[in-house]
Amino acid sequence: MAVSQLSPTFNKNGLSGGRKSKNAFMGFLIGLGTMLVVAPLILIFGFLLLKGFGALNLDFFLKTPAPEGEAGGGWANAISGSLLILAMAAVLGVLVGVAGGIFLAEFPRHRLMPVIRMLSDVLSGIPAIVMGLVVYALVVRPMGHFSAFAGSVALGLLMVPIVVRTTEEVLKLVPLSVREAGLALGLPQWKVILSIVLPAASGGIITGLMLALSRVAGEAAPLLFTAFGSNLVNLNPLQPTSALPLQIFIGATSAYDENQRLAQAGALLLITLIFVTSLLARFASRQK
Amino acid sequence: MNEPFPRKVTLPKLSSKGDGIFRTVIVGLSLVIALTFMLSIALLGQQSWPAIQKFGLSFLTTNVWNPVTSEYGALSLVMGTLLTSFLALLISVPLAIASALFVAEYAPKWLANPVGYLVELLAAVPSVVYGLWALFALKPLFQQVQLWLYTSNPDLTARCAELFNSNKTSLQCFFMPQVPTGLGFLLAVTILAIMILPFTASVARDVIRLVPADQREAMYALGATKWEVISLAILPYARAGIMGGIILALGRALGETLAVAMVIGNTPEIIKSIWSPTATMASMIANQFGDAREGLQRSSVVGLGLTLFFVSVFVNLIARTIILRLTPKGL
Repeated sequence: MAVSQLSPTFNKNGLSGGRKSKNAFMGFLIGLGTMLVVAPLILIFGFLLLKGFGALNLDFFLKTPAPEGEAGGGWANAISGSLLILAMAAVLGVLVGVAGGIFLAEFPRHRLMPVIRMLSDVLSGIPAIVMGLVVYALVVRPMGHFSAFAGSVALGLLMVPIVVRTTEEVLKLVPLSVREAGLALGLPQWKVILSIVLPAASGGIITGLMLALSRVAGEAAPLLFTAFGSNLVNLNPLQPTSALPLQIFIGATSAYDENQRLAQAGALLLITLIFVTSLLARFASRQK
Repeated sequence: MNEPFPRKVTLPKLSSKGDGIFRTVIVGLSLVIALTFMLSIALLGQQSWPAIQKFGLSFLTTNVWNPVTSEYGALSLVMGTLLTSFLALLISVPLAIASALFVAEYAPKWLANPVGYLVELLAAVPSVVYGLWALFALKPLFQQVQLWLYTSNPDLTARCAELFNSNKTSLQCFFMPQVPTGLGFLLAVTILAIMILPFTASVARDVIRLVPADQREAMYALGATKWEVISLAILPYARAGIMGGIILALGRALGETLAVAMVIGNTPEIIKSIWSPTATMASMIANQFGDAREGLQRSSVVGLGLTLFFVSVFVNLIARTIILRLTPKGL
């Protein structure tokens, strides 16, 4: 098409000055733009290392927050809370997510298939805070109080679309001939899927799970009115519980220096964990 | 004579009982997805019903947020959400496309992969961490600029203060700060632009890589420069895909909550200047839901959630349609 716009204006020495300098200028802009894209990541990580690294001591992991305005204390409550909530969220996310992925990949002719696929896509775009409101009405109101369980329902539901998508994609990579071979041996479909197809795809599915977990591990918005937060180490799923991102939000917006310092340390810990998880997951899937 | 096979071959039953059970379990668990969607509408609708009944559509077109008189109109929040999102897109889209072109067209392989990783890590940084960084690292800078604007021209500052007080603004005052706290619209837009960058960037990179090699080669053979190849052969070809990525990023921006809530100032007012404290629907939910009294206030806050729900469903369906149309059939 638009070749006429090109109107090659060559001179004896090759490209005309205008076209050459325009090309160089755009190349420069693209390089500059890329640097501007990468810069925030380096700035954020550098800032957190500088500000938060000093506070990441043993107390940070073993103590609970000191009373407002007092020095010391740690985030044992947030770390244990995150583990508890994520563990329960993972159960929900894996069960529904992997089942959804199997449904989309293995039953493509089911009449509900297009509906589930569309709704799963749509759910992936629902803002996390809205999911918090939904789970508040679904779990917190009937139960009468905030709880780690409510928080993990919110995070689990946020995991589902990510797990569905990666499971479906990985399952579709398993060659059809593998399924046919299994069926030809006289295995029923459920056995073929569970004992041949799923194990073959397990690497990719686990990668997807890790990515989904690291994605929701950083969500604080849906926990605001589900898990709610607590200054105590709580391992009872039915009690309000803190989590790292939630505590970062509370600490960063607090007026006390000590809380802000701990929030910076917590943020450093959180993004380090998330970076390591997502790099590991990507590396694992690269190896395949 | 020996028969090589028994007369009756007994094949295993084709549809075993196990298959039925398996199918039921899988379909049942998958239905949780549909159930979540329907429950979301039902619960958000039920919780915000009092507000819908009382205000109707004027909820979205009037601008009051007054717990004392029990009047709630979300116009400033709707505008806050739309304005922050669109401005953030305006800033981030050129940068995202630049980085995608760099990774796909310019960088040597040893550099392309790490840069691609870094862009993806940018997507992995949680919203609160962006908010914390904006609050502690960017806010002081913004405050310096605001203070400088505030003090460098006292006459204009005084005139604008008068206008702002009577809820007005002018073109000049639109660039003057109201109160130099550092927090406000522009800081929220900045952080939002950074947050949505990777979504456009990674989709754009993928579709640019899908542009067939002969498109490029034909142009190069004509003697085109690299930029001419990009602007005439690659970008037009990848346009629809990039559009999908932009709309995906828009969906993110509309629902982004905590980073924005931490830096926007959380004042339900229509902006009078680019530095004004304002609020978005999402930031208002985060800030108000916990403290809101049962009744009209709480159901108005949930009303914001319902609005956001429908907006993000709509935006996602558009992005999905665009991206689906691009995927070759049979893949």
